[in-house]
Amino acid sequence: MRRSFPKTAFVLAILPALHGAAWAQGTLRIGMTASDIPLTTGQADNGGEGMRFMGYTVYDALINWDLSSATKPSDLVPGLALSWGLDAADATKTKWLFKLRPGVKFHDGSAFTADSVVWNLDKLLKNDAPQFDQRQSAQGKSRIPAVAFYRAVDPMTLEIVTKSPDATLPYQIAWILMSSPANWEKQGKSWDNVAKAPSGTGPWKLASFVPRERAEMVPNPDYWDKLRVPKLDKLVLIPLPEPNARVAALRSGQVDWIEAPAPDAAKSLTGAGFKIVTNAYPHNWTWHLSRAEASPWNDIRVRKAANLAVDREGMKELLAGMMIPAEGFYPPGHQWFGKPTFKLEYKPEEAKKLMKEAGYTPEKPLVTKMLISPSGSGQMQPLPMNELVQQNLADIGIKVDFEVVEWNQLINIWRAGAKDPSSRGGTGMNYTYFIQDPFTGFMRHLQCNLVPPAGTNWGYYCDPEMDKLFDQVRTTFDPKDQTAILQKIHEKYVDEALFLMVTHDVNPRAMTAKVKGFVQAQNWFQDFSTITMDK
Amino acid sequence: MLLYALKRLVYVLPVAFGVSIVCFMLVHLAPGDPLTAIMPIDATAQQQAEMRAAYGFDKPLPVQYGLWLWKIFHGDLGSSIASGRPVASEVGRAVGNSLILASLATLIGFGFGAFFGFVAGYFRGSTLDRLASLVSILGVSVPHYWLGMVMVIVFSALLGWLPSTGAGPGGSTAWRPDWEHLRYIILPAITMSAIPMGIISRTVRALVADILSQEFVQALRAKGMGEWDVFKHVVRNAAPTALAVMGLQLGYLLGGSILIETVFAWPGTGFLLNTAIFQRDLPLLQGAILVLALFFVGLNLIVDVLQTTLDPRIQRG
Repeated sequence: MRRSFPKTAFVLAILPALHGAAWAQGTLRIGMTASDIPLTTGQADNGGEGMRFMGYTVYDALINWDLSSATKPSDLVPGLALSWGLDAADATKTKWLFKLRPGVKFHDGSAFTADSVVWNLDKLLKNDAPQFDQRQSAQGKSRIPAVAFYRAVDPMTLEIVTKSPDATLPYQIAWILMSSPANWEKQGKSWDNVAKAPSGTGPWKLASFVPRERAEMVPNPDYWDKLRVPKLDKLVLIPLPEPNARVAALRSGQVDWIEAPAPDAAKSLTGAGFKIVTNAYPHNWTWHLSRAEASPWNDIRVRKAANLAVDREGMKELLAGMMIPAEGFYPPGHQWFGKPTFKLEYKPEEAKKLMKEAGYTPEKPLVTKMLISPSGSGQMQPLPMNELVQQNLADIGIKVDFEVVEWNQLINIWRAGAKDPSSRGGTGMNYTYFIQDPFTGFMRHLQCNLVPPAGTNWGYYCDPEMDKLFDQVRTTFDPKDQTAILQKIHEKYVDEALFLMVTHDVNPRAMTAKVKGFVQAQNWFQDFSTITMDK
Repeated sequence: MLLYALKRLVYVLPVAFGVSIVCFMLVHLAPGDPLTAIMPIDATAQQQAEMRAAYGFDKPLPVQYGLWLWKIFHGDLGSSIASGRPVASEVGRAVGNSLILASLATLIGFGFGAFFGFVAGYFRGSTLDRLASLVSILGVSVPHYWLGMVMVIVFSALLGWLPSTGAGPGGSTAWRPDWEHLRYIILPAITMSAIPMGIISRTVRALVADILSQEFVQALRAKGMGEWDVFKHVVRNAAPTALAVMGLQLGYLLGGSILIETVFAWPGTGFLLNTAIFQRDLPLLQGAILVLALFFVGLNLIVDVLQTTLDPRIQRG
């Protein structure tokens, strides 16, 4: 007994320390490509990167993305809603019921209920609501175009009515993040104050941030999904928009992880012992073709010839392997890929034959103009990549002149449409796409009623058959059946060569060997909860 | 002297007004939509119109300018479109950071520049002159962003002696003049000092050479004055021009260090301007340019007054 007492006392004394050690798995410092800390109040800005670092870390949506696997495309999973579906009693198929997750608390300790969801939707959609926030509305409103009405049925049940039957509602709802109404009250009903001390339900709490310089997050030990309680003891975000500055910061040990290292730095980084992690995700790098009157791309032979002329393996070499050659509009292996019959292979002779049939040869080429940008979010390395495509196309009789415009200007031209004078006679534009859901992936590009100014069908494509398929996606509520229709759409995209499909980015990030446990999901967003740092 | 200072101050007013018009109009001439940065790219035309109205971009330009000027008179530079934070606080913080960096860079640049200049001017034609001139030509000619990247590669990536980015371990708000923070400023400050060092060195060399060839120097030597005392006379005569050049350089460094601040992610005005340009953040861009331009005008005023103090002939002129 005498002997065991000191032993027991020792064990009791170190227990708290051991418990601490279980949590204390180090600090991960990430160099982001964004130039500022994304908006912290809930509906993050800075596109996919903002949602990745400040959205799904501090907050949750009713429906989240499954970020747990690197080997399969991620799909929707229950978040703050346990389940959702159409109200069986509603014949119009517009009324949805969401059963909410009980017992969830915001970081400030207040309870999450259906009223919280209504409050958050008002924050985005109702201009006269006291909590309406123009900045968050700018980010969130356009994400939920289907929503017509919503109410709390009871504390744990929410009703959403759509403008028309729309089976893509869950994808839309996955964009909307829930911030705490109680915290907004506590912060003097000021979003500026909330920005400094935000409160969500997510796995991370924002501990501090210096605008444009750094943000520090600590784990939320009470997170409702115990598998996603962060193992690190701190996550630090540092905006480093300049690619060379990011690489230098990684190499000098100021950060442990950088987003999007430049391909030409890859070899030196791996040579110096850093890891480069990549994976497929719903992104593509295309030439969006105009289908306006007199566009040469109205001829399917020309479109197919262009797709057969691009040396995608050569481009992969150019990018130090950091790309996935396109086999379709979606990356190969995606659940909506289907079985297209037109193979995107490098067959210049076959391409020349098609061009000859269409009336063009390398000696008497088709002359056209493309809009490209020298840089831009998701555009990868646009200048050398476009030049390679330009050379490939010249070989088969398509002489392309580039109209180089600044990235923000290209976005404006994309919104304005191919017929707008701002397009300067361009019959296509090099544009990269976020294609994570049916709307952003397919509909917005090619639906007849989304030609500018109503939407972003830049090329004025209109095919009643395609529109019918889009309608079917919206009215098919069984996920399996819906997937089958989405596959049909993708097959049509590829078989009719509706875009010049070149490549997919692989979302590269470089990190030190100390970073362990990261699973790079096939998604624009990522989960940082599983990560630990080696000493 | 007071009257002269007041007169110079009155001259500043129309300049400041002109500056406000130019910086308001210039940013509107650039292509791009200021709302691109804050809206999802596929926002509908109606949503874009709503946002344009909410931020006042639907009003005619003269009205927007009038409103902007009115707010400025009330000490309000507006809010950044991209971050939502007040422009005044954003610019204030950045100016503070740039001031620290630019002051140190000016100190290094002026110290070494003046030294090399005096040595080269005093020993014109000698090996020392050629060496000092070589250093000053290199300072002016080497692209400073390239120099910055080389410094980062050598001192941060390869040797690991100094950090390559940021203003300190806890960001600029926690900045203190201790070694932990000074480590962060060394590389950008040395990089930034290269150009002013070269310019000041060349200016001082020419000045010293010119002064030395003047008759009063011969007279001083003829009456038996020691070389050290002659040197002091030369310094005193060269000081007003050197000071004016240094003032201009400080002004340039405060606003013109976009490349260096971007390479080193130093959270100053250059980094802020770079971000604002890429995000088409018009209020931030206008506010930052205005503050920097007014700073430049103010700096010129101070240099003018200082020059007059050092050389009363200027006041008479």
